[in-house]
Amino acid sequence: MSSTSRLSRWMLGVAGAAAVLSITAASLAGSAGAEPGTAAATAASGQIVGMRRLSETQYRNTIADIFGPDIVVAGRFEPIVRPAHELIASGAREAAISPSGLEQFDAMARNIAGQVFDERHRGQFVPCAPKAPAKADPSCAQAALAPLGRYLFRRPLSLTEQASYVRMAGTAAEATGSFYSGLELALGAMLVSPKFLYILETAQPGLAQAGSPVLDDYSRAARLSFTLWNSTPNEMLLDAAAKGKLSDPAQLTAIAQRMVASPRFEQGVRAFFVDMLLLERFDALSKDPIIFPYYSTQVAAAMPEQMLRTVVDHLVTRNGDYRQLFTTNHTFMTRALGGLYQVQVSKPRGWEPHEFAPGDDRAGLLGQAGFLAIYSQSGRSSPTLRGRAVREVLMCQQVPDPPGNVNFTAVQDTRNTAVPTARIRLNAHVTDENCAGCHKLTDPVGLSLERFDGIGAFRTKENGAEIDPSGELDSVKFTGAAGLGKTLAESPDTTLCVASRALEYARGVPSDEDGNLVEALEKQFATDGYSIRSLFLKVATMPESYQVKVHKLDAGTRVSLLTN
Amino acid sequence: MGFDLSRRGALKGVLNGAAIAVGVPLLDVFLDGNGQAMAATGAAVPVRFGTWFWGLGVNPTRWFPSQAGADYELKPELAPIRDFQKKINVLGNFNVLLDGAPNLPHTSGGPAIRTGRAITVDRGLPGESFDVTISDRIGARSRFRSLEVSAIGDARNSLSGRGGGNLNPSEATPTGLYQRIFGLGFKDPNSASFTPDPQAMARRSVLSAVTEQRQALQASVGAADRQKLDQYYTSIRQLENQLDVELTRPEPLQACVVPGKGPADLAVNGEIETVVLNHQLMTDLLVMALACDQTRVFNMMFNNGASSLTRIGSTVTHHQLTHEEVLDNKLGYQPQATYFLTKIMEAWVYFIGALDKVKEGDRTLLDNTLVFAHSETEFAKFHSIDNIPMMTAGSGGGRIKTGLYVDGQGTPVSRVGLTLQQAMGVPVDRWGTKSMETNKAIGELVA
Repeated sequence: MSSTSRLSRWMLGVAGAAAVLSITAASLAGSAGAEPGTAAATAASGQIVGMRRLSETQYRNTIADIFGPDIVVAGRFEPIVRPAHELIASGAREAAISPSGLEQFDAMARNIAGQVFDERHRGQFVPCAPKAPAKADPSCAQAALAPLGRYLFRRPLSLTEQASYVRMAGTAAEATGSFYSGLELALGAMLVSPKFLYILETAQPGLAQAGSPVLDDYSRAARLSFTLWNSTPNEMLLDAAAKGKLSDPAQLTAIAQRMVASPRFEQGVRAFFVDMLLLERFDALSKDPIIFPYYSTQVAAAMPEQMLRTVVDHLVTRNGDYRQLFTTNHTFMTRALGGLYQVQVSKPRGWEPHEFAPGDDRAGLLGQAGFLAIYSQSGRSSPTLRGRAVREVLMCQQVPDPPGNVNFTAVQDTRNTAVPTARIRLNAHVTDENCAGCHKLTDPVGLSLERFDGIGAFRTKENGAEIDPSGELDSVKFTGAAGLGKTLAESPDTTLCVASRALEYARGVPSDEDGNLVEALEKQFATDGYSIRSLFLKVATMPESYQVKVHKLDAGTRVSLLTN
Repeated sequence: MGFDLSRRGALKGVLNGAAIAVGVPLLDVFLDGNGQAMAATGAAVPVRFGTWFWGLGVNPTRWFPSQAGADYELKPELAPIRDFQKKINVLGNFNVLLDGAPNLPHTSGGPAIRTGRAITVDRGLPGESFDVTISDRIGARSRFRSLEVSAIGDARNSLSGRGGGNLNPSEATPTGLYQRIFGLGFKDPNSASFTPDPQAMARRSVLSAVTEQRQALQASVGAADRQKLDQYYTSIRQLENQLDVELTRPEPLQACVVPGKGPADLAVNGEIETVVLNHQLMTDLLVMALACDQTRVFNMMFNNGASSLTRIGSTVTHHQLTHEEVLDNKLGYQPQATYFLTKIMEAWVYFIGALDKVKEGDRTLLDNTLVFAHSETEFAKFHSIDNIPMMTAGSGGGRIKTGLYVDGQGTPVSRVGLTLQQAMGVPVDRWGTKSMETNKAIGELVA
């Protein structure tokens, strides 16, 4: 299937750089960590077929949902490594927890447990009074811990597990001379358990199709909840799982429909775009304060938020067409952003809606300062990075990396007034045949965004010379950010890309080998007017979503140079 | 449940029946080299190991000595190490062999040196980095198995880990590092009073119970997930160690001076002056963590591979300069890019100097430490990965000869990793994969 699929053809073949990509599956066979096929094929009942580490926002949302938003989560989260050209959701399947990462999880766990059982909160979580406050009370401990364990582990605790945590609470109560300290320590242990820190996916052998196991009900509950709401399954989902409803297509669909109609769906869409748009790049964003006086910590914080507000407003609130995300005139502003965008912002604090005039070059996601800034260098814009991001992030096309022995002397001094604009400087690449192959893919796209500098402020000149914002994408010619947005909106790869990412996001496995499935998904997406709600509803209800896929590491060399 | 509070108890590896790989007993580790006893208590001085990384290499002709052996020539870019030359080895002409895997710019070199394997895809380290192997040997019983630090302030800036999705994240700010070492749970080894904390005792038993659940879980996972679980339980053991240390009266340590309060939080960015200052603050904290025996293994990252260091007002980063700055015809090198290299070498000297200032008996902390410094490329302009600049500093308690320039004559770079692991007592006689598999330690260095 994979050899004929559309997705497998997305890797752009480029003469001159092909050697970089010529790595074969054989040379990867020895690499560590890859054990394709071993887990899934023989899965028995209760067999764990996948472990996905909770992300920081999933952890925070989970704690707020179970214990209430006034429980403070303070600490540093070990980052999940993003595999090149994949989502962090896929990286979560490979994420281990290092000693320093666990140290932090442990500190957070103790802190959370301390708050949950403090005098102010314990009444909500302990349904009984201990016989003596300074002693162990197994039955009261059980009454408090079993329901919390069910929420935290996303399935009911086994009797052995219950006994283990009750014993822990008892031993600790005796050692510390406090029943509630005992509960605290037992809850702390749940919060550092791999059953909490990882989403454990277990198989249901009865429904196995042609040797590929399918997820059981509780794993489906977690899949639905984390995909659509980016949080832990609630009472409704755990209850549905207990009754076997999530293995029944009709009931599954009814539940998923309710979930995408819920206000919490917004949180899920947000998390998906944080992952798809690589917004973690803002964590390491550094801009030169002398070159960019408009850049400040307020601007830096507002940039990703503006992108996300635009996304959520267009796709969820307005139920808009995904393609128009690249052409919409609607966005949101803060005072700090107003300076950068040179627009009036009346509210001194917080966000207000803003509408660009028709034909404004700022229209769509690509005209936003956030996108323009993360795909720039620290002191100037980069048509190459921007063009590459458009292809890789928004169209799921892979641009090959520069060869290791590239001679960069072709690119001359940036301050040389003989070559004032990026277009002239980059022309050097296109005339050097070693560079031309790839730069022809990226630069004509990115050069259309050159009227925005390294932090996304508008300009018409660079080094005194007029900027020419004409661009080209797959032989379509256009002008400026608005032209690029329109072209992107009309490209079939744009919608195919988001469909493929949505599937990857739900399953935590890249969709490269499922070209036919993605194409079918895109077709439905088109029929539904490119509504993100319909896309996620489809992903959440199609049976293939719950078939266990084991990610293989032999998909070719994939390296992200976007970090440079 | 009883609490065995002695370090020996932790050593036995019988924590509730879980099979635990334990290093050799204390005395074996410290007395098989030329380790000396602390005058005060008779306890052996611990041996430490660490790495110091910088990105973007050097200008080879202005850095590498021309002649192998002692009293090597100090060319302009190596000149800053002058005062410590007798304690520093320079390693040149060792090669990274990729066996046909692509040279991923700024990505291939570092992991190859640390793991002895060629990286084929950018999804983390291709195997266990040898600093982790060494920490299993010498660091498993200290409060922190190792401490990772990034002076450029990026938690993802790390070359240390067990491979695959496991990367030990770096501490990214001086205040974060201070809290980690001297915050909650720190016991001053020189404090007159010691009372074990009942809360810590209770936590210790809870962690044991967490470990008890291990077998049931492991029976139901596939191989790839078992690896993640193994790593998870290794991390649990580290937490148990920390509690054991907290619950044990520490040996007094003459050199340990606990900083009164944490450093003020500085900006974290790629601006070179900020990075230099953060590096100094974090070095000082790390040195005290070693002197107070909180850890015996460390990884300091000065900058990242494709260095995002900048200078105020410059439109380009260090990385871009190495590619785009014209080679100055008169000078024969790129002056602006080289400016950063000079700062990096000065920072390295600061690091070594800070270790050397701390006296331990009749030696210094540097003498009792083996520091391995390296970059990820030779000459950044061309991404070359042969002859990547490397150094060692300190003798690891007399286990390594110092003051030499070693010419590797084009042999695999994995010889360096093999030699350093052996020096730190790791029982390994062959290391690396494919063309980088080697059993030839660097004889010139072995004391």
